[in-house]
Amino acid sequence: MGIATTLLGSRAVAALTAPHGVDRYLEMFNPMWAATEVRARVVDIHRENPDAVGSAPVATLTLQPTATWRGHRAGQYVQVGVELPGTARRMTRCFSISSAASLPGERFTLTIRAHDEGQVSRFLVNEARPGQMLHLSQAEGDFTLHESAATPTNNRLLMISGGSGITPVMSQLRTLLRDGYDGHAGRKVTFLHFARSTEDQIFADELAAIAAADNGVDVHLRHGDQRFSEFELRRLVPDFKDTDTWACGPAGLIELVRAAYADSPRLRVEFFKPPAIAAGSAEGDVSFARTGASAENSGATLLEQAEALGLRPEFGCRMGICFTCTSRKTEGTVRNVLTGEESSLPEEDIRICVSAPVGDCVVDL
Amino acid sequence: MATMTAPRTVRTKKRATVAATDPKSPNLTADQLEEFGNELDALRQRVFADLGEADAAYIRMIVKRQQQFEIAGRALFYLPPAWPLAVAALSISKILENMEIGHNVMHGQYDWMGDPKLNSRIYDWDTMAPGENWKYGHNYIHHTYTNILGKDRDIGYGILRMDEDQKWHPAYLGNPLYAFLLMVFFEEGVALHDLEIDRIRTGERTWEQTKKVGKPIIRKVSKQVLKDYLLFPALTGPLFLSTLAGNAVANVIRNIWAFNIIFCGHFPAGVATFTEEECENESRGHWYYRQLLGSANITGGRLFHILSGNLSHQIEHHLFPDLPARRYPELSVEVKALCEKYGIEYNTGRLSKQLFSVARKICRLALPTRRTPAPAPVPVADDPLAA
Repeated sequence: MGIATTLLGSRAVAALTAPHGVDRYLEMFNPMWAATEVRARVVDIHRENPDAVGSAPVATLTLQPTATWRGHRAGQYVQVGVELPGTARRMTRCFSISSAASLPGERFTLTIRAHDEGQVSRFLVNEARPGQMLHLSQAEGDFTLHESAATPTNNRLLMISGGSGITPVMSQLRTLLRDGYDGHAGRKVTFLHFARSTEDQIFADELAAIAAADNGVDVHLRHGDQRFSEFELRRLVPDFKDTDTWACGPAGLIELVRAAYADSPRLRVEFFKPPAIAAGSAEGDVSFARTGASAENSGATLLEQAEALGLRPEFGCRMGICFTCTSRKTEGTVRNVLTGEESSLPEEDIRICVSAPVGDCVVDL
Repeated sequence: MATMTAPRTVRTKKRATVAATDPKSPNLTADQLEEFGNELDALRQRVFADLGEADAAYIRMIVKRQQQFEIAGRALFYLPPAWPLAVAALSISKILENMEIGHNVMHGQYDWMGDPKLNSRIYDWDTMAPGENWKYGHNYIHHTYTNILGKDRDIGYGILRMDEDQKWHPAYLGNPLYAFLLMVFFEEGVALHDLEIDRIRTGERTWEQTKKVGKPIIRKVSKQVLKDYLLFPALTGPLFLSTLAGNAVANVIRNIWAFNIIFCGHFPAGVATFTEEECENESRGHWYYRQLLGSANITGGRLFHILSGNLSHQIEHHLFPDLPARRYPELSVEVKALCEKYGIEYNTGRLSKQLFSVARKICRLALPTRRTPAPAPVPVADDPLAA
């Protein structure tokens, strides 16, 4: 496989298969053959919270990646692209990997909550079936555990998570336990998790088993109205500010954790962005992420607003036909001034000469 | 970015081009133009909202067929007796790739799919012209300033005299010869087009601009030469020369096909050109009107339309350059109806008719235009530009 992959990924083969590239030819024969891009086949879908009433379903998907998958470190995420049935539009979203660190080509799992407004997560949890092909990136992100079971330190580790934010820290915990982590050498792991209810607790059985085993891992699960408090954290881990901590969850939880840690460099966080809400008016702020420029939304097209701020984005026709000004909108809603059509998709390529922001909007310019 | 400074043809007198070249075209008032524009906008919006799985499946099917022809063509060079078949398969692959895939994908027609392999910012077609240069010269300059003399560099490509209003010069006696050479070496011609050599000569383009455009050309030409004239021939070992010749012939066949389809799109008799003055502060309706009068269609069967990348529907392509080309046939029915409603001529005809018309124009314009008393100047409209 090694030589074949190196050869297929070579520049000579790229030149021969231009303009499509070698992967377009390989996938004609088998969707699991790839030389450079990463794809995966869903091999299993397992519902995590079948009894939860009133909260969104959560499922774990087991993926068999192509041989091009380079593996992942515990705590990383992957971009998943999927063509939703009925629209033919490919949507790409990031999901944390929930299984222990993987080696190149190895299977891994994603644990996903089907949010009401999440088209991709809803599809993956409710509609996808084993056999479904997904487009992947390589694993990304540095919310990672740099300690391994073999690292000879006396550091304590603390993991704090809320809701489906459990996935990356679960990957870390699973990696430690799989690789022979020894909690008796003074390296305790404290695992603190907040869930809406016991029925909605993801990985409940596995966490119970970990808690019961003699392994040096303390598992603390909080359900319902119990919210994160510095007071409680201090009781569990008195010197938490000097303890390596990974926190992942909704923005509200992360804000509280950050406040508790003040400026401690031991805290690493990852949180979900709250969905942008379309205000239905021209108000709000327009921000250009790369240059850091921002101003009150004037209702003019993004190109005009960028120019008003002194930016010089590339443009051509200024009437939506030549695609020279195409830029990435990362957040917010825009209205096509020609058709009146509104679009709220995050990470969307838009023609800024014919797109006016509706409410807050962030563009990568 | 702004290289469109001094226009090559400077005009001072406002001139009713439309009326002069095509008396059948009406003089729409500003209000009529606006209504006309709104109707076309609505048409565009309706099709755009309807884009979906059928369009995605279509372009993927075309890519797959093209890849099959490509594999067949490259493989058949190993069988010397099958050489003509190999050339035929490779020519079809290259024609499909350039016309229905490359040109249309690079127009952004499939950007809505979110597939990086079919995205206008990523795709770079199988020809010597680098995508980034072409998108500037074609998608922006040609499609925005279509048939405006002195602005649209696709009128004669800086080599040919394709309009009476291009000033005659003895060098244009070679018009038919230049056209023939451009046809055979169309790929090279398109690659060099964005260098705007004629404007370097006149000093309208700086060395810096030339370097910026030139580097990608060198890179892309090297890639194409490496692939078609070195790597693939080398892979057939002792058949090196036969494969090299086959690849060259396939490229020329593609050149001839592409040249003919494209020249039938803008140069048959009856296609109008415009002055810069006519198009100052142009309304959207007038822009549509200019695209319509500046383009011509070719009639034919479904296979012919696919092989022409649906540029046989040049009119619809110019009205809606960002809509997937497979929609042009259905759009043409309604565009034609709108033309009838507003009394605008819809220029269409068989390939033979349009080709003959283009060839005649190329030969006729090699000679200086005889001064015939112009028809009484009819203004295009009272004030067609205000909207």
